[in-house]
Order: sequence, then structure tokens, then C-alpha cells
Amino acid sequence: MDLILLLFDAVLLITLLALALAAILSSDPRRAVMLFIAFGLWLSLVWARLGAPDVALAEAAIGAGIGGALMLAAARRAARQQTSDRGEPS
Amino acid sequence: MNRDLSLLIGILVALLAVVLLWVFHSTLALDPGQRLASLAMERLPETGVSNPVTAVLLNYRAYDTLLELGVLLAALLGIWSLGPPRPGFQRAGPALAAMVDWVVPLAILTGGYLLWVGGHAPGGAFQAGALLGAAGVIMRLAGHANAGLPSETWQRWLVVLGAGVFTLTGLLLAFTGYGFLTYPPGQAKWLILLIETAATLAIGVTLAAAYVGGRPQPTAPPPPPLVTSASAEADR
Amino acid sequence: MIAQFLYGGAGILLFALGLWSLLVHAPLLRKLIALNIMGAGVFHVFIAIAHRGDALPPDPVPHALVLTGIVVAVSATALALALNSRLEQGENEPEPASSPSPGPRIHMQPALSTEPSSKGATHP
Repeated sequence: MDLILLLFDAVLLITLLALALAAILSSDPRRAVMLFIAFGLWLSLVWARLGAPDVALAEAAIGAGIGGALMLAAARRAARQQTSDRGEPS
Repeated sequence: MNRDLSLLIGILVALLAVVLLWVFHSTLALDPGQRLASLAMERLPETGVSNPVTAVLLNYRAYDTLLELGVLLAALLGIWSLGPPRPGFQRAGPALAAMVDWVVPLAILTGGYLLWVGGHAPGGAFQAGALLGAAGVIMRLAGHANAGLPSETWQRWLVVLGAGVFTLTGLLLAFTGYGFLTYPPGQAKWLILLIETAATLAIGVTLAAAYVGGRPQPTAPPPPPLVTSASAEADR
Repeated sequence: MIAQFLYGGAGILLFALGLWSLLVHAPLLRKLIALNIMGAGVFHVFIAIAHRGDALPPDPVPHALVLTGIVVAVSATALALALNSRLEQGENEPEPASSPSPGPRIHMQPALSTEPSSKGATHP
């Protein structure tokens, strides 16, 4: 029983770190932001496991939701600028 | 960046992480001593709420929350000082518009529920405010350029509402003989609910205005003469 | 105890990952994501410390601190993105005073690393 719980914790944490690594290492801005949103939602899952439902709710709504929406708008502009830069050689 | 340099930075950061892990491990091995948790739980019946996190946020450490609303206000003022917002997105098609007509009232309703339930279960002003802000984000994504926010004057009043009501309540309590933000016994619940309602509105409007990302325009552009958009305007 | 160390350690690793990315990657959006991941690592350590085993209720004080921190982090992110957007607007607009200065100013940055060759690059 205890071992199974430990295994569950390990899976939660390894996925969390893998999502963070993927968000950090992707160079496409939109991809990075989407991975960051996934990371935030997974983080709120982990916090719900740690007995912090208030904080998990806030992270899912504010950190991943509103922060992600803000970053996605910026990433869209960045991606558009990248393509326009590639189109006209400067 | 240079590949060798980034590798060097990686090694240095990894060393820092090892040191931090070692410190954390040795801290855990120590006796935790007197923790605040037992004290917080002991006095919980006197706070007027039964959710310990809300009690900490709005009773034990109300200063923190007041200052945090101040930080939120300062960030929004910084965003507003950078000039007018970018133009909004194009109007949503019928399917998205119908979904928005459903989702936005539901988000507002859920926000109200979270605000009320925060006294005794997970929830509270921040989560409720985030839902209001999310409703604004959805409306901007569906083509309402000002995210469903009211006129500029109203926005300015609503944004300072949270910190304003918080400070006024604290000052009023200080003048009537209790300390600054020390609630009189028996009335804590209603005072907390008043502050939380104001904070929810302020947080929601601030987050939506931050998503719009520019100083509100004094005169809103007239809505285009579409039947669907007119009904959506009337809904809010 | 071991679970607490695992969760707290994951928070420290997140902090380190974010710090590395913040220092190494140049684009502002990536730096911002890195900064947010650093913050998430710090919050994670707080929540791990607040968790006192599955039997006891968790400590509410760190929870409230993290709740405040999340809102502050998002407002800082929003301000940084607005500044970034303003910066982009400034870059896209042509410089109003069209002095011959843009040429040398662009050459300033490579001159830091390749001091002798920059002189040779000025003449055709």
C-alpha cells in the first residue's frame, strides 16, 4: 500500500519535471506556452494530492488559465513576427 | 548562446541545486518545533470562517492580502501607462458566439459560488476573481474588444474597489477602537465577506483589463449593427 | 518524511531548471516562462513543507502565502508581457530621426567578441 503510494508520487513528480523540461527546451514560442499551461495544470493536480485544494484551484485558474492566455497572445505575436522576418530578408 | 557557456552555467546551477537539496534534507531531519498550524487551527472558531486558508488570508494575515491587492493595482497601472491596447480579435462565428453566451454567465455564477463557499470549503476571493477575469478573457477572444468591461470611469473605480474597501474597513475599525483590521468578535464573518466581495470584483476586473493590455479608451466604438452581437451585448 | 523530501526536492529541481533556462535562453518569452517555472518551484517547496503526512491536516499558513504569490506572479507576468509588446512596437516602427547612426549601433554587439575583425568589416 505504501509502496504503491510512493510509486504514484514518483509518477506525478517525474511527469511534472518532464513537462517543465519540455516547456523550457522547446524553441517554438506557441509550443512552449502550451507546454507551460500543461505544466501548470499538472502542478495543480500535484497540489491537490498534497492536500492544498485552495491553492490548486488558484493555480489552475490564475497561473495556468489567465497566465497561459496572456502568454499565448504574446506567443502568437512572436510567431507572426518570426514568419514575417523570415519572409523579408533584412 | 555559446554552447560551452550554457554547459558551464548548467553545471553551476546543478551544483546550486545539490547544495539546496542537501540543506532541505538536513532541515527536514531537524525537529520542526512549534509550528503555526496548531495555533492557527486552535483559534479558527474565532475568525468567523471555517476554511483555515481563508482565515489566514483575511483574518490572521490580512495585511498580506491588502498589500497583494496593492501589487495587483500597481501592475495594472503599469500596463495602462504603456498606451492604448491592441485591436481586438474579429467577431466570433455563430457556434463560438453561442458557446460564449453560455459560458460567460456560468463562469460568473461559479465565481459567485466560489466566493460564498470560500468561508467553509476550498474557494475564496482569488479563485472567484480569476473566474470573472476568465469570463473577460473569453469575451475578448470572441471579439468584444474591451473584454466586456464597463466604461473607463467604471473600470477605474472597480479596480481600486478591492484595496479601497479593505483599507477603509481597516481604518474604520482602527477609529472605533479595535486595531487596524482587527475584527470585533461576532462581526468578523460579515466584514470578511464584504472585503472578499470587493476584492473579487477588483481582481476580476484587473485580470480582464490586464488581458486587454492597454489603457481603456474613453469612448467605446459603437457596436456593429448585427443582430447576434446586439443580443450578446444585451446579455451582459 | 520521504514523500515530503521527494516533493520538496522536485520543487528545488524545478527552481534549478528555471534558473538555467533564464540564464541561457535569450528570447523574452522563454525567459518569462523560465521565471514562472522558478516561481512554481518555490511554491512547490512551500506546499511540500505544509504537507504533514496524510493523517494530519496541512498547515494553512504556507497555503495562504502561496495563494498570494500566485496572483503576484501573474500580475508581474502581465506587466512584463505588456512591456515586451511595447518594445516590439518600438522595434517595428522605423526610427523617427533617420540619422546614419543605425549602422554602427548594429555593429556594436559583435564588436565585443571579435574586436580586431570588426575594424576590417567596416570597409568593403
